[in-house]
Order: sequence, then structure tokens, then C-alpha cells
Amino acid sequence: MRGFLTAISFILLWQAVILVTHVPPYIFPPPLAVARAMLSNAGMLFDNALVTSGEVLIGLLIGTILGVGLAVAMALSARLRLALRPALVISQAVPVFALAPVLTLWLGYGLTSKIAMTVLIVFFPLASVFLDGLLATPAGSLDLGQLAAASRWRVLWWLRLPHALPSLASGLAIAAIYAPIGAVIGEWVGASKGLGFVMLMANARSKTDLMFAALLIVVALTVMLHFFASVVARRMAG
Amino acid sequence: MAQTTASAATIEGAAWHGDTLLFSGLSLALPIGWTCLIGPSGAGKSTVLRLLAGLSTATRFEGTISSPSRIGYMAQEDLLQPRLSVLSNVLIGQHLRGGPVDTDLAMALLEAVGLTGFERRRPKALSSGQRQRVALARALMEDAPLALLDESFSALDAANRIKMQDLARDRLAGRAVLLVTHDPFEALRLGDRIFMLANGRLEQVDALPATPPHSPQTEGFGAHYDRILLQLLAAT
Repeated sequence: MRGFLTAISFILLWQAVILVTHVPPYIFPPPLAVARAMLSNAGMLFDNALVTSGEVLIGLLIGTILGVGLAVAMALSARLRLALRPALVISQAVPVFALAPVLTLWLGYGLTSKIAMTVLIVFFPLASVFLDGLLATPAGSLDLGQLAAASRWRVLWWLRLPHALPSLASGLAIAAIYAPIGAVIGEWVGASKGLGFVMLMANARSKTDLMFAALLIVVALTVMLHFFASVVARRMAG
Repeated sequence: MAQTTASAATIEGAAWHGDTLLFSGLSLALPIGWTCLIGPSGAGKSTVLRLLAGLSTATRFEGTISSPSRIGYMAQEDLLQPRLSVLSNVLIGQHLRGGPVDTDLAMALLEAVGLTGFERRRPKALSSGQRQRVALARALMEDAPLALLDESFSALDAANRIKMQDLARDRLAGRAVLLVTHDPFEALRLGDRIFMLANGRLEQVDALPATPPHSPQTEGFGAHYDRILLQLLAAT
């Protein structure tokens, strides 16, 4: 309900800006024009949204598996941690967007380069946040592991992991927001399908209303994904 | 100390904190019953307990320690794992060691600490007194000859503290217990033997003669308490 009210206020504000500033529709189309573009291109937009959603979901899944795997491996092995932690920190500073052309060059114009882009954008923050969580187990809890002479794996499973679930959850919530960005940027650099591709094409043909329609769908996808991730996150952290 | 029964654990030696001597010439044996260790903060009480438990300390220890392979342990924090059920928390020692899990015993121990019906709950749904009772059940689950209690009752309110102390004395009967506490009242109330660690030395102080737990009404309680307090004041 609150989301609905926010959406209504957003559309009203949008319309108000256009009424006040008299921006020409090819710069900033009114909501009604965008809605019309969305309806008249519904089939095409739906097909492309499916493509982008597929890239996002597959990328999110692979990125999560890799991120969780790396965090677990680094939590288990001090040597690996020593070797990879600086890389993990530096990787946060790399503008992953800058890699998009390289990925397209290496992996082609198909799905693979977009999925790779999504994986990259999801992987590092998730691994980093989850690793921090796995290493933040209270010393007193680790004492229990020491008293039982527990193996590293058992300490991980029974002590570190339960304490790190909130970190994993917030990592997933962040990942859900980043993932569509990765896919869309991948599509911008070179694609023949997907919402990012539609936006570029519409822009080139001055179909600003269609571009905004595609943009709104990307936003809706992201919001939906974030919503699901938050539900999962709440259950995990509970 | 002339003790006819064999000790469950002993520690002898010296410890340094960096270059600073924490204590030396320490010799402590833990026979069956409650041994209370008091002393000013930073004297090394918890270090002695952690050394006996085989836990990591920030100190360098030279000497000998003998303690059983299984130890019941209770810290000031309950150390309950937040996303595990009460039952899993009681079983955590077995989970951490791997192998079979004795759910029946865990349920019986939960009953013994008055928490029947709580086994499926999460720790956060429990009061601090209930949480510490789960911690006691977890310690009892080890069925160990030695229990190490590090300020285990210090974070509880007065009523819960008395209840927990009596419950622990009852449930840990027949075992060797080391209770580290900063509170001379608690030591006097519970201790069969009382030691004071201060200024790098361990010294035995008089406990009340009858079997604990004592109350302030017990004859000699006040006099003993005053004497221990004076010694503590002199040490700090």
C-alpha cells in the first residue's frame, strides 16, 4: 500500500515537473506517453524483459554461489585469506562497468557476457560482506569450539555461519540491487536483445517514451528482486 | 592443602602478560566441591580458568596443567548461538565434536533446569535468567568431572543470581567446580574453599565450615566477609 502511494506521488511529481518546466516530450515524455509506449510495445518489451531477467537471475545465482564459496574458503584458510584479502579490497575499487567492453570482446554479444558482467558486479560485495560476517564471530562463541576441539568445518557450520547469516542476508539484498545494473550495462555495450538494448535503440531513434518505458521496467524488476531478497534476508536473519 | 580425594585438575606455574609478570609460584588443585577464586580485576583469575580449560589467553604460561578432556564451561555471557534452538544450543558440544547426539539427555537436562517446553525456542525469546539456565544445561551436557565457571552469575539480577547459584550447586554436586568471581559475597556463599589471587600470588582464605550454599544468616558470615573485603582492599 505504501509502495502504491509512493508510485502515485512519483507519477504526479513527474507530471508536475513537465507542466511547470514545459520540457519537450522528446527530452522528458509525460507519464501518459510512456504508458502508451509501454502498452503499444507490450509484447516486444515483455520478450526483452524476459531476456534481461534471465541474465539477472542466472548472474545473481552464479555470483552468489561463487561469492559464498570464496567467503567460506577464505574463512576456513588463513593462508588464502592472507593472499586474497587485499585483492578483495582492491576489487571493490575497480569500476566494474569499465570491464563491460572487455567482457563483450572476450565473451561475445550473447547472453554470456551479460551474465559475466552481473556475476562480477554481484560477486565481490557479497563475498566481502559475508567474509566479514564469518570472521566476526564473538570470541566467546569460538571458545565453545575450542573446548570441544571442533574441526574448522564444524566451527564454521555451528558457530560462524549462524552468526554470519545477517551479513549474508544484507549481502544478498545489495546483490539484488546491483544485479540488474550489471545486466543492463552489459547490454549497453553490445547486445541484440534485452531492456538495455531496447533503451539504446529507442534513444537512437528519439523514441524517448519507449526508452522511459524500458527504464521503468528495469526499475520494477529491480524493486521486485530487492523485495524478494529482503524477504529471504529477513527469514535468514530471524 | 591436605586433600584426601584426587584432584580433578591442577595448575602450577607462572604467567606473563607481555613482559609483565601476571602471577608466579601458583599452585592450585581442584578437588570435588566448589573452589572459588576471587581477586581484584586484572589479577589473572580468568587467565587461570582459561588455562585450565585449554582456551587461548593473552598470556605466556610456563608450568604444568592437568585437566580432564571434558570440561563443563560457563562464562559470564551465556554464549547461546542466536540462530539455533535452545535444544541445539544444549547439544552444541556434541554437534561441534560430531558423532551421535543424545537428544534424550538434553531434554532431561532442560527439565532439570526448569525449561521443559522451551527446547524449540530461539534464545532471543528467553529472559537472561532463562538463557543462563540453558548455558548451565549446556555445561551439564558435557557430563564432565570438572566445571569451570567464569563470573557465570555476575550478569544476573539479584533474585536470578541466587536461584542460578543454588541450581548450579545442586546440579554440579559431586564434581570439581572452579568459580571465578569478583564478588566476595558470592565466594563466601558458595565456596567449599576460597582462594584469592592478588599481586601475582595465590593465597587461600577461610571459607565457612559447613556445606554451602550459605546465607548472610550463617554464623560467622559477616566476620568472614569483612576479613575477605579487607584483604581485597589491601590488594588493590
